[in-house]
Formats: sequence, structure tokens, C-alpha cells
Amino acid sequence: MTELRRRGGGDPDSTDNISDREAGGDDRPDLPGDAEGEGDVDSKADTPDVPLSTADTDNTPECLNKALEGLPPRWKNYWIRGVLSLAMISGFFLIIYMGPIALIFVVMCVQIKCFQEIITIGYRVYHSYHLPWFRTLSWYFLVCVNYFFYGETVADYFGALVQREEPLKFLARYHRFISFALYLAGFCMFVLSLVKKHYRLQFYMFAWTHVTLLIVVTQSHLVIQNLFEGMIWFIVPISIVICNDIMAYLFGFFFGRTPLIKLSPKKTWEGFIGGYFGTVVFGFILAFLLSQFQHFVCPVEFNSETNSFAVECEPSDIFVVQEYTLPAVLQNTLRWKTVNLYPFQIHSIFLSSFASLIGPFGGFFASGFKRAFKIKDFANTIPGHGGIMDRFDCQYLMATFVHVYITSFIRGPNPSKVLQQLLKLQPEQQLNIFHSLHAHLRDRGMLAPEA
Amino acid sequence: MSELRHRVAKETESTLQQQPSEDKTSDSELKAEKDGVSDSESKVDSGIPEVPVSADDTPEVLNKALSGLSSRWKNWWVRGLFTLAMITFFFFIIYLGPMVLMMIVLCVQIKCFHEIIMIGYSVYHSYDLPWFRTLSWYFLLCVNYFFYGETVTDYFFTLVQREEPLRILSKYHRFISFALYLTGFCMFVLSLVKKHYRLQFYMFGWTHVTLLIVVTQSHLIIHNLFEGMIWFIVPISCVICNDIMAYMFGFFFGRTPLIKLSPKKTWEGFIGGFFATIVFGIVLSYFMSGYRYFVCPVEFNNDSNSFQVDCQPPELFQLQEYTLPSVLESVTGWTTVHLYPFQIHSVALSSFASIMGPFGGFFASGFKRAFKIKDFANTIPGHGGIMDRFDCQYLMATFVNVYIASFIRGPNPSKVIQQLLALRPDQQLHIFNSLKAHLVEKGLLPALEGAAA
Repeated sequence: MTELRRRGGGDPDSTDNISDREAGGDDRPDLPGDAEGEGDVDSKADTPDVPLSTADTDNTPECLNKALEGLPPRWKNYWIRGVLSLAMISGFFLIIYMGPIALIFVVMCVQIKCFQEIITIGYRVYHSYHLPWFRTLSWYFLVCVNYFFYGETVADYFGALVQREEPLKFLARYHRFISFALYLAGFCMFVLSLVKKHYRLQFYMFAWTHVTLLIVVTQSHLVIQNLFEGMIWFIVPISIVICNDIMAYLFGFFFGRTPLIKLSPKKTWEGFIGGYFGTVVFGFILAFLLSQFQHFVCPVEFNSETNSFAVECEPSDIFVVQEYTLPAVLQNTLRWKTVNLYPFQIHSIFLSSFASLIGPFGGFFASGFKRAFKIKDFANTIPGHGGIMDRFDCQYLMATFVHVYITSFIRGPNPSKVLQQLLKLQPEQQLNIFHSLHAHLRDRGMLAPEA
Repeated sequence: MSELRHRVAKETESTLQQQPSEDKTSDSELKAEKDGVSDSESKVDSGIPEVPVSADDTPEVLNKALSGLSSRWKNWWVRGLFTLAMITFFFFIIYLGPMVLMMIVLCVQIKCFHEIIMIGYSVYHSYDLPWFRTLSWYFLLCVNYFFYGETVTDYFFTLVQREEPLRILSKYHRFISFALYLTGFCMFVLSLVKKHYRLQFYMFGWTHVTLLIVVTQSHLIIHNLFEGMIWFIVPISCVICNDIMAYMFGFFFGRTPLIKLSPKKTWEGFIGGFFATIVFGIVLSYFMSGYRYFVCPVEFNNDSNSFQVDCQPPELFQLQEYTLPSVLESVTGWTTVHLYPFQIHSVALSSFASIMGPFGGFFASGFKRAFKIKDFANTIPGHGGIMDRFDCQYLMATFVNVYIASFIRGPNPSKVIQQLLALRPDQQLHIFNSLKAHLVEKGLLPALEGAAA
């Protein structure tokens, strides 16, 4: 959730002045009293603006510019935003239609772009674009962490495929060790690349890279794990966040009066509360619509025989219509005794509440970040909207919440993973567990009692 | 591993002299600032920041006893004495058992976190930022709660199942931890103050990176400990030994500098330390593998409500006969040798400690140079802070954990049972049948004729 960006007049002037000063500052000798030359870098870092930010230049394609020539700048801005919003939503539907593999691929691309955007900001803030090795190291760490996470996912879900191919089996067995060795190699490269004049800068960039990895990469993997749970767990949260964005904006536009938080002066309480109720209703309806289709509801599984993803199953209990007795209050108002709902719709209320109440904090965090580093947008990828990070800043908290929600309240552990672990144990331990499980199943009446 | 600190009197004096001039520069910078952010960042460059590290902290009694000697020897005696004190303390807490070891690991972790956060405050002059001290400790608490909850649930499974409140806490553990973390996150966002945005984000990032380094790895140490106390003692001893041996070899034979970052390290010390540590590791593991107290996994006995270390030693800790390769045969005149397999693993552990461990030390040295501090803190006279002693240990702890997970043990059986019981009945049945087929195939179960499902 980002504030309206005024691309009409705004204050780009200050940016230009400061960038000139800083360009001049590069040629000045080191500040007196600082032997190691690091003071120079730090004072550059604290000058108020990030120079030459591409986020401030207008990136609208020529054709759109021509079509909207006649309108005043403000309306032009609205039209561009609107057109791009529709384009993004259509893109979203298209990739859902294309299926799980395309979705995973898109998630990966978004992750790489977000990482690149944040790292570029770090480079600009610290003027460290020319630090020896650092660009290589950042991308190397990204590859390492992705390798680690994808390896864990692949080993879980593609168990049969992995066991079949010999090199994959070896990689899967020693996966943690290999990932750790790769990470260590990067760590040693970092230590060896420390250059006398740039110690502090290099440590800052190291930390910046790691925090970015923590935020961006881990959560994109949670998104993929949610996806494997069933595409509905991917589509509904993302749609709810987008809807909250739009609803809060619309309610704020028509009814907005009381400011919400000093950090984002354009957010209003009316928008917040209106967005909340609008999102709950939207989530409820969307959950109803999607729960009917197996394509969305079934866990994504890899079929070893056909070597492709299959989304077919007996829908689990939460996607089967059940009858709920309304509480007496609602009975009087609506004159219905019972109502037929999917249990998932009840879960969707919780998801919507989180998206409306806590999701905005992700947006405030990103706003604070942009104010702290005095940038307007993360990048300029999407005309009218800014960078990919600008669109996805609220999604990250949501992805983590959905994942934690699923593991805590919906599903248990993954049975194939448990079986895998069982087979890795020592034989005596396996026997032990076998007997305990036998007794347990017998108690529950799942097994006929032994003669 | 840290360089020799010259605690010569004149250096202390010169630092004290610098402090008044430091105050002057910060005053003039205060006048020039427009934005609170630039102020703190430019203050950072004015010489040594105000981390009060270089004051001499040796206890009075030691000072009196060593008053006769020259400053340099005094420094050596202080260091030597405290080294012995720390090693003795290490033996003592091993004797006290697993509970005490866990407590000590927790205390060390808190102290390391505190030291690094204090450095952050000094670097950014952010000690008075609204809420920030509270938030840092709150996040530490959250992350520790999350990790300890996972450990407790694994190892104290039966105890947890017994007590009702513990059962609920453990069932929804992830959700509760996430909710606690989110609360901290929202508090952070609400505490953002207009003039201090960048500083607050820096401290937020600093806290998280510190948590990542310090807390996760202290929990890996505790996991290693539960595997068997030998997996805790041998790695730590190897790192300490490498420290001491590299120093000795460097002192007597040191000539060629190793890396620009730490000018006192030498190649002779590095290589000598490598071989000496391997020998030490082999000897130490030979001694320790004989005792069940060190070798058995730590388990919690529900009936006696205490930790016990009693088991049938796994194969790793039983003497086996190895045929020497012919090269060694001709040299030593032995055909076979009796070794514990663990001694072979200890060679891998020692190699890592000698080769990679120093990189952890270089990282810490680079960090100290970057932020222009001499030591992390002044907790241990002659040695600096707790972080100074433990900087090499962190990489080692992670390595040992990954090593164990990859090469030694399989998954934790009680955790597997837990997960089994959490599955749906039809999934449990399916797994039961697969397991039965597997065991029958391996010949562990007689092929039962039909009665059980």
C-alpha cells in the first residue's frame, strides 16, 4: 500500500541540487582527522537524498503518453495508474490459468526483481556500486539461499523423482552440507575481499544483503509452500491484499477525513475501516467461488509417471459445504435458521482481517523505509506505481501469516516427509515406532485387534 | 582469536586525551546539523567512538601482585591467568552437567547480544532512541522463545504432553511466536519518529543481524549438546586449542604474515596450529569416547524429572580395527590400529576449526576495524569481551550441527512420533502399512500372517 504519488509537479528540484553537490563531493579529498577515508563515505551517506534515482524519472511508454496528451497531468496520472492496475490484474489471472509451474516461475522472478531493487537502493545510499566484488557476492548469496530453500522444497514434494535419479539422490541426501559449504565459500570470499579503506561500507552491504535475503527470499518460499498446499491458499491471500489496497483507497477518496498515522499522511481512518469491511465481504465471496473447483482446492502434487503436476483429489473437509446454525441474533434479523457455508469461508474471514488490520503495517514499514532513505519509490519498473517492491510490500507479511496459519490450524505434517524420515531412522528405532503406532491404531479401532 | 592487546600505560593515556577533543568535534557538528540523521552519522567518523573499552579493568588484587613487573609482562600474566581461569571454569561446568551447560550457553548468548547491541548504540549514538532498547530485548526474547519452544517440544515430548497448558503452547507454538514477533514489528512501526527514521531502521537491521548470528547459533550449540556432550566439548576445545597453538607457533616461529586484516597472524602459526589441533583432537576424542557420560545423547527422564546420560554407546564410539594403508604400515610397523570411528570424525572437525575458524576471527577483526573499536567490551581483563572469545566458535557450532545432521544421525525419533500422531488416521494407516512392508523386507519383522490389518 503506497501513497498516491504526485507526478504532476512535486518536488524533484531538491533531488537535482543535492545530486550536484554530491557529485562534487566525490572529488574532494578525505575529511580532515580521518585516517582511513571512511569518514568521507559516511558523510556522503548522510547527505539527504539518494542521487539520480531512476524512480523519479517518468517511465511511461510513448504510446500511452500520446493517447493521453490532451488531459491535464493529474488525470493523466490516474489513467496511467488505472490502466496499469488492470494490466497487472489481468496478468495475474493469466498466470493462474497457466498453472502451478508458471506460478512458481513468476514468484521466482518477482523475488529476484525485489532483491535487485533493494540492493540497488543500498548501493545508492552507500555509493558502493564500485566496491570490489560486492555485486558478485550479493548475487552469489541470493543463489545460495535460493538453492538451499528450493532444495528443501524439491526434496519434500518431488520425493519419488529425486529417489530415482542418482545425482539428485546424492544432492538431496547431503543437501544441508552442500548448501552450508556454498554459503561458507561466500563468507570466506567476503572476508578475503575486505579492503582497508572500505571496511565499514563492506560490512554495511553485507548486512544489507542478509537482511534483504531474510525478508525477500524466505517469504517468497513461504508463498511457494502455500501454493503447494492448494492454489486457493495462494490466490485468496494475494487477492485480499490487492482488494484491501483498492477498497481503502476508494473509501478514503470518497469519505476520507481523519488521518491514520503520521507516517503516511494520505491514509485515513475511514479508508482503513471501510477497507476492512469491504475486504471481509470480498474474501467471503471469493472463497465461496473458488472452493468449488478442484483445480484450486487440491494440493499440488507431482505425478512421477506423467512427470507433471497434477491437481486432483478428494477435496478436504474445509472445502465441503457444511451446515452451520446461525446464532440467535442473526436468526432474528435474517430469518434463516441455518446457512450452508464452506468452512474455508470462515477461515477467509481471519485472512481478510489480518490483511486489513496488520497488512498495512507492512506498508507503513516500507513508507518509513523510503522516507528514511529519502527515495520516492523503490524503482521505476511499473509506470504510475513504482517498483515491484512497492506493489508487494504488504504481501510479505501476508504470506508468512498464511503459512503459519496453515501449519497451525489447517494441516498436519506432510505424510510423505514423515515416511521419509521414518525410513532414515535406525532399525531399532523403526521397530519401536512401529509398535507404538500399531498400539495407537489399534486403540483407535483402525486396525482389527490381534488374535 | 584477537590480536595481542597492548595495554601499555601510555596508550590508555592517549585515549583519555582524545576523549575531550572528541566532545569538541561533536559539539561543532551539532551546530551544523539540519537533520538528526546526518548528525549521528558524521559523529561516527570523529575518531574512536565513545565505547569505553580501553580502560584498564584488572582487579586490584592482581594489580598489586604484579606491581613489580614491567607492563608487558604484567599483560601476559593477566592474560595467562585468565586463560587458565576460563579453562578451569569450562571443566567445572562440564562436571556440573547438561542443565548447567544450557544455562551457561543462554547467559553467554545474552551477553554477546548485549555487547553487539551496545556497539550499535555507540556507533549510531542511538542510546536514547525512543523504545529502541526495549524493542531489541523484546525481539531477543521472542526469538529465544521460538527456538527454545522448538527444542523443548522435541526433547521433552512426554513432559509436554502431560501438562495441559504446555500442550496448548506447544501445539500452537509457531502461531504464538509469530504473533509475538508481529507485535514487536508493529511496535517498531508505531515508534518511528520523524527525525530518526534512518537511525531506527539501522538499529532494526542491526538487531536482526545480531539475532541471526548470535541466537540461532547458540541454539545449534544446544542441539549439538543434546546429541551427546562430546559433540559440545570436542569442537569448543579444538577451537581453543587452535587459538593457543597458533599463537605459540606464531610466537616461536612466526615470520610470514597471513592476511592484511590481522597483521599479527602468520603462516607458520596457521600451519603449526593446524597440525597441532588435529593431534590434540585425536587424543582428546580418544579419552572422551571411553565414557558414557560424554557419549550418550542427553535424555530427559520423565519419571525422575531430570536429565540422564545413560545408553548403549552407538557404533561411532566403539573401538574398531582399521587396517593401515601400506605407507603408514612401513613407517610405524603396525598392521592394524584400534580407533574409535569418532576419532576420524574429529580430524574433520579439527580441520574445520583450524582452516575456517580463523575466518570467523578475521570477520570479527574486520568488524572491529570497521567500527574502530579495540574490543567488543571489557568483560574479561586481558581478553576483552565475551564476543572476542567466542567469535571463532560460531562458525564451528553451525558446522558441527550440519555435520551431525548430514553424516551422523538421522532424524530425531521422538519428533517423528509426534508428527505421526498429528497426521490424519488414514494417513497414519498408510504409513503403518508402508513401514510394515519396509521392516518385513529388511527382515526385522517376521512376515505376519494377516491379523493386523
